[in-house]
Parts: sequence; C-alpha cells; structure tokens
Amino acid sequence: MTELIVLLGSLSSIALIIWWFFMKPDTEVVAATVNGNEQTVNIIVSGGYTPHKILLQKDIPAKLIFNRKDASSCLEEVILPDFGVQRKLPVNQDLTIEVKPDKAGRFTYSCGMHMFFGEVIVK
Amino acid sequence: MKTKHLFFFTLVLTLPLLYTMVGGELPGNHYTMAALATIVQFYSGARFYKGAWGAFKHRASNMDTLIAVGTSVAYFYSVYALIAGLHEVYFEISALLIMFILMGQWFEELTKGRASRAIEKLLDLQAKEATVIRNGKQVKLAVDQIKVGDIILVKPGEKIALDGEIIEGSSSIDESLVTGESIPVEKHPGSTVIGATINKTGSFTFKATKIGKDTLLSQIIELVERAQASRAPIQKFADKVSGYFVPIVLILAIITFDVWFLLLGASVLSALLFAVAVVVIACPCALGLATPTALMVGTGRGARLGILIKSGEVLEQARDIKYVMFDKTGTITEGKPVVTDIVGADKQMVAEVAASLEAASEHPLASAILEAAKEHEHAPKPVKDFKAIAGKGIIAKFNGKPALIGNRALLEDQKIKLTLNKEMSELEKQGKTVMAVAYGGKLIGLMAVQDCPKEGVLNAMEALKKMGLEPAMITGDNEHTARAIAKQVGIKRVVAEVLPSQKAEEVMSFKQRGKVAFVGDGINDAPALVEADLGIAMGSGTDIAIEAGGIVLVKNDIGDVVKALQLSRKTFSRIKLNLFWALFYNVAGIPIAAGVLSGIGLVLNPAIAGLAMAFSSVSVVTSSLLLNRSKI
Repeated sequence: MTELIVLLGSLSSIALIIWWFFMKPDTEVVAATVNGNEQTVNIIVSGGYTPHKILLQKDIPAKLIFNRKDASSCLEEVILPDFGVQRKLPVNQDLTIEVKPDKAGRFTYSCGMHMFFGEVIVK
Repeated sequence: MKTKHLFFFTLVLTLPLLYTMVGGELPGNHYTMAALATIVQFYSGARFYKGAWGAFKHRASNMDTLIAVGTSVAYFYSVYALIAGLHEVYFEISALLIMFILMGQWFEELTKGRASRAIEKLLDLQAKEATVIRNGKQVKLAVDQIKVGDIILVKPGEKIALDGEIIEGSSSIDESLVTGESIPVEKHPGSTVIGATINKTGSFTFKATKIGKDTLLSQIIELVERAQASRAPIQKFADKVSGYFVPIVLILAIITFDVWFLLLGASVLSALLFAVAVVVIACPCALGLATPTALMVGTGRGARLGILIKSGEVLEQARDIKYVMFDKTGTITEGKPVVTDIVGADKQMVAEVAASLEAASEHPLASAILEAAKEHEHAPKPVKDFKAIAGKGIIAKFNGKPALIGNRALLEDQKIKLTLNKEMSELEKQGKTVMAVAYGGKLIGLMAVQDCPKEGVLNAMEALKKMGLEPAMITGDNEHTARAIAKQVGIKRVVAEVLPSQKAEEVMSFKQRGKVAFVGDGINDAPALVEADLGIAMGSGTDIAIEAGGIVLVKNDIGDVVKALQLSRKTFSRIKLNLFWALFYNVAGIPIAAGVLSGIGLVLNPAIAGLAMAFSSVSVVTSSLLLNRSKI
C-alpha cells in the first residue's frame, strides 16, 4: 500500500513539474508608452522579468527602466546582447537602460548567467 | 548581509554540527542541532527561498530552486524524525549544504569580480582634470569642462587628458595602457596625442581635437562593453539546456527516490538522501557562466593589448580561418615610398639634381626624393624651364645646363645613352621604381624608390604560417612590384593590379577556397573587411575604424594580427572547454549522486554533493581567468 501511495505521489509530482514549468501559457506583450520622441517601459525584476515581453516601436529611442526587487544574485546582471548592453541592477532602485530600436525583430535578453530570459519585440 | 559575512555567520553555526558528524555529542543533543539548523535554514537560507519563490511564481526555476528544495527535504525530514522519535536525524546536512553553497557564492563573487574588471580598469585610466590655457592664464579644469580647440599644457609625469594635436614642445609618451604599445613614442609639434596616456619627459601644449564620447579611450570602452554583452553562438546550446535543466533535475530526483525505495528496497531515509544529493549536485550555473566569463576575460585581455574583439561571434569566425589576406599599402608596407638606392659615381650630385627637379613636382615620388636629399643635406636649388612630361619624368635647366629625371622612355626621347642598364634592371627586379638622373646631356646616376615593408612583417607571416594559416597579399601595384615585396616578407599568394573597388570581389573569390580574414586600414578597405569572414581593421593614432571589421587593432602593428588571432582562438577553445566541463560535471555528477556507483562503494553524502556543486561554478570562472595567463 505504501509503495502504491509513493508511486502515485511521484507520478503526480512529475506531472505537476511538467505542467508548471513546461506548459506555460504565452505571456502578454506589454507595449512601451510613447511620449513624443521617446518611449518608456518599466520592467520589474523579481524571479524573472515582468512584463516578460515588451513591444517597442522602431526608430523611437527607448528607455527600459529596470527595478530589481529580487536580491538573488541570479538576477543581479542584465544583458541585452543585441543592443550591446550589460548592466548590474541595484536592488530596489530604478536603473534606466537607453536603447535605439533601429531594427525590427524579436530580441531576447537575459540575466548574467543566461538562466532568466525576457524579450524585446521591435515593430 | 553580504555573502561573505553571511558565510562566516553560518560557518560558526555549522561547526558544532560538523562536530556531531565526527562522532561528537552536543549538550541537548538533537534539540541543539535542530535549533542551529533552523537558524541556518531560515536565516542564512532565506535568500534561496526568496529567489526560488520569485522564480516559481513566474513558472520558472533556477539555482535557488534546487538549493531550496534540496535543503528543505533534508531539514524537514529531520524535523519529522525528531518529532516521531526516530533515531537518525540529518540536521547537519541541510546546514552544511547552505554553508558550502554560501562559501561557493562568495568565491564566485570574488572571481567574477576579477573577470569583469576590464571595463573598470579602462574607466580608471581617464584623467580627471587638466591645465588649460585660457586668455593666457593657466587654469585647472575638470575634463568634462574642456572644449574642442582648448589648448592644454602637459608637464612631465602628467596624464594627457584628451585626444589632440601637439602645438608646441616635444616629449616621449607612454601609450602602453591604451594602445598596448610597450615602447614610449616620441612626439613633436603636429603629432597626435591620445587621452589617458602618460607624458614622460618633456612639457608641451596640445590642442584638444576630441572630447567626451569621441575620444579613443571612450570608443575603446564602448567597444569592449558591447563585446562583453554580446553572445557567442555556441552559447545558444547552453541557453536551451538551462531552460529545462532545473525541472528535469527535480524529476530525476523523484525517479531516484522511487528506484531506491520501490525497486531496490532501500529505507525511506537512504532513498531520500540519494534524491537530495541529485538535487544539490546539479549546477546549471556552471553552464551559464561558461561562455560569458571567458568572453569577458578574453575581450578584457585584448583591450589591454590594444586588440578589440567586437563580439563573441568573431571568436567563432576566427576559429577556422584558412587565409589571412593583407592589403599591401599601409598594412604590409609603410604606405610611403622612400629612396632605397642611389647609384652613380657622384651620389651627392645625383641627389642634388634629382631633388632640385622634383622640388616643383607634385608627383607622389617627389616627397621621397626630397626627403632623401635632406638626409644628404642638400637643399633643392632653383631650376629653369621646368617641364613635367606625363608618364615619363621631368626636364629642366639646372645650373644653366639641361637636366632630367625620369624613366627609360624619357632618356630615349632626349637621346641620352642608358649606361647603367644592368644596375637599373637589377633594381627593377627587386620591385623598385627606378629613375634615371641626367645632367649636361649625360646619365649621372639612378635613384630607386620603394614602399618598404614594415618592420616585423616577415616574423608575423612566419607566425601565421606556424598557426596553419596562409598569408596572402592584395594590391593595386603591378605584378612585378607586388611579387618582389611579397617575396621579401615571405608571402606566396599575391593578387596584384586590383582596383580599390575590386578588393571585395577578390575576397569573395578567395572565400570559395576557404574562410578568409582580411586585414586592412578600415577606411579604404571597408567593403573588403565586411565581405571577409573576419575583418581585422588596423588603426593608427586616434582614429580607429569602429564600424568596419570584427576585430579592431588600436595600433598599427602587424604583429597584433597574429596576437588577435591567437587570443580569439584561445578564448574560443576556453569557452568550449568550460562548456564541456560544465556538461561533463553534471552528466557524470548526477548519476553518481543518484547512487549508480554504490555497487562499488561510491556513495556521495548530500553535503559533499553540495560542496562539489558550489565549486563547479567557481572552477569555471577560474578556468576563464586563466586566459589572462595563457601565452600570447
């Protein structure tokens, strides 16, 4: 009986892990707020990047304002390779990264250890 | 609390628990152990819970997830065992795990700090203030207040604030920190100076020509920053793995528990210990750190040598290059013709006549001849009836007598016998441009001019060949001259008589035979640099061709081409080694932790598994740091 309970428990745990981590629904895309010749978007850094996907308009200089709530060293750095930016994010403070979205496309960015990913969509 | 302090705090709490592991007994026994382990679990380990929970909410997972799950299983089992009055509790395992992981994180912070220091070091080079001469007075100003055109005074031992041009005074300047040039460079009025370099001997004034983001140092910093943020294509694989890594490890741990408990009939406790070991030995961090840290150290070292590698992608391109094509003028040769030989019974006279005739000429070779006359201490004398004959030379009257300088055709026109035919042919065979000099109706001598190869080119070509690369030369010169220069520097493949606009096409046709690196000055050669699989742009003075080329060399030294290729190859192989090690560690470590080798007595205590995990990422960073020591 114990064996059966353990087996069922294990199988359901595995199913839960697969469902929770691998079957994520597609996250919502949040567009930057355009104000004249500038667009801004706030990104909260806590166990990942929220919003996970941001939409920028092409050819308008953008300010990505990161605020790291998570003290974990996993998220202390953010790298946007397509924009040539690598910064350390202070905890509980805004850090503005200015980028020029001059090419349309989808650009992923990540934490310093390439464990957490976010996406910048330029249209 | 900082990682270092938290580690020592945790160490103090775990030492008594370690004592119990070697058979010692604490007053209050299990209850004291529980108290100590609880503080460690929820105070020292709070950061792991926070990180894991943050990620969990986003349906993501990370290193913290593994640590939180692994230590919690060990801790809560022990709590259960204590309440149920079981004999064995394992409080020391959860506490030791947290202590080891904090130690690993502290070491990792230390080593990562060292790996990423290149940019800070470059920023530190920047001068803070300078003595500016305004309205005839010397004023100390902060560098950001200086404008283009300001005159700046530099005394011996001072740092030059910005890029500019010397107005008055001479000195030797140590440019090693910016360009990597180890020998101090002599500078005179008209010479360019580079901001952040150090004035050694004399005082001088210079006019600021570049400020703020335009200075060479700022451009180097920007380039290095971009390179360090870039991704190497090889990283993509690690990125893919890391997304699935943690959940898969959790599943493997559950399977490990089931196999031991259900199939092999082990006790709950030992099955649980195997599962915990699986969770805590796995290290996605090592995989994540493998590429960026090596890239950081490699590009940082390059910056110190005056070699700017623009992205991680460049490293992969440099890996299987077959041909290294050099643009001749300005890269292999000085780009400036000089007189190499003067032939004749009276060499002084030959130089004097030649210089006097050429003084009024605008021919590109004229400056070489005037320079040579200066060395012989002859000032050009005025000539009469000057006539330049296109494609042939110059005729004029010198000291009242007819004189000429030119080629064979001009001698024939003027019916002058070429008595030095053998000498002339010999010099021409060496790829030199030879001019006959006649005076008073007779040939008095010859002057040979050549754009000479730079120092060190031969050595550089030999070094490239040793690396298994084949150097090639491309030039607009005629075949004969091109071959002669190529022979002097040890190049066998020559593409001559190529118009500047055709260089890119030539590169394209070479690419059909193998991967091509093109080395040029970056200004005239931009299309060829872009067309090549790898473009290497050589800079000079304060102008570096930032846009063209995957690698930019700050100083105009062909030896740096070899160093750049060596550094790229070494950095790339370090990335591969790191990735291999990180993968191998996990692939080998997880089964061992799961108890696959328990048949031969190899069983890992979960605390030891945690220690291995903590040091696997430290070892990857250390391996990247070793790039600083590799021979280049």
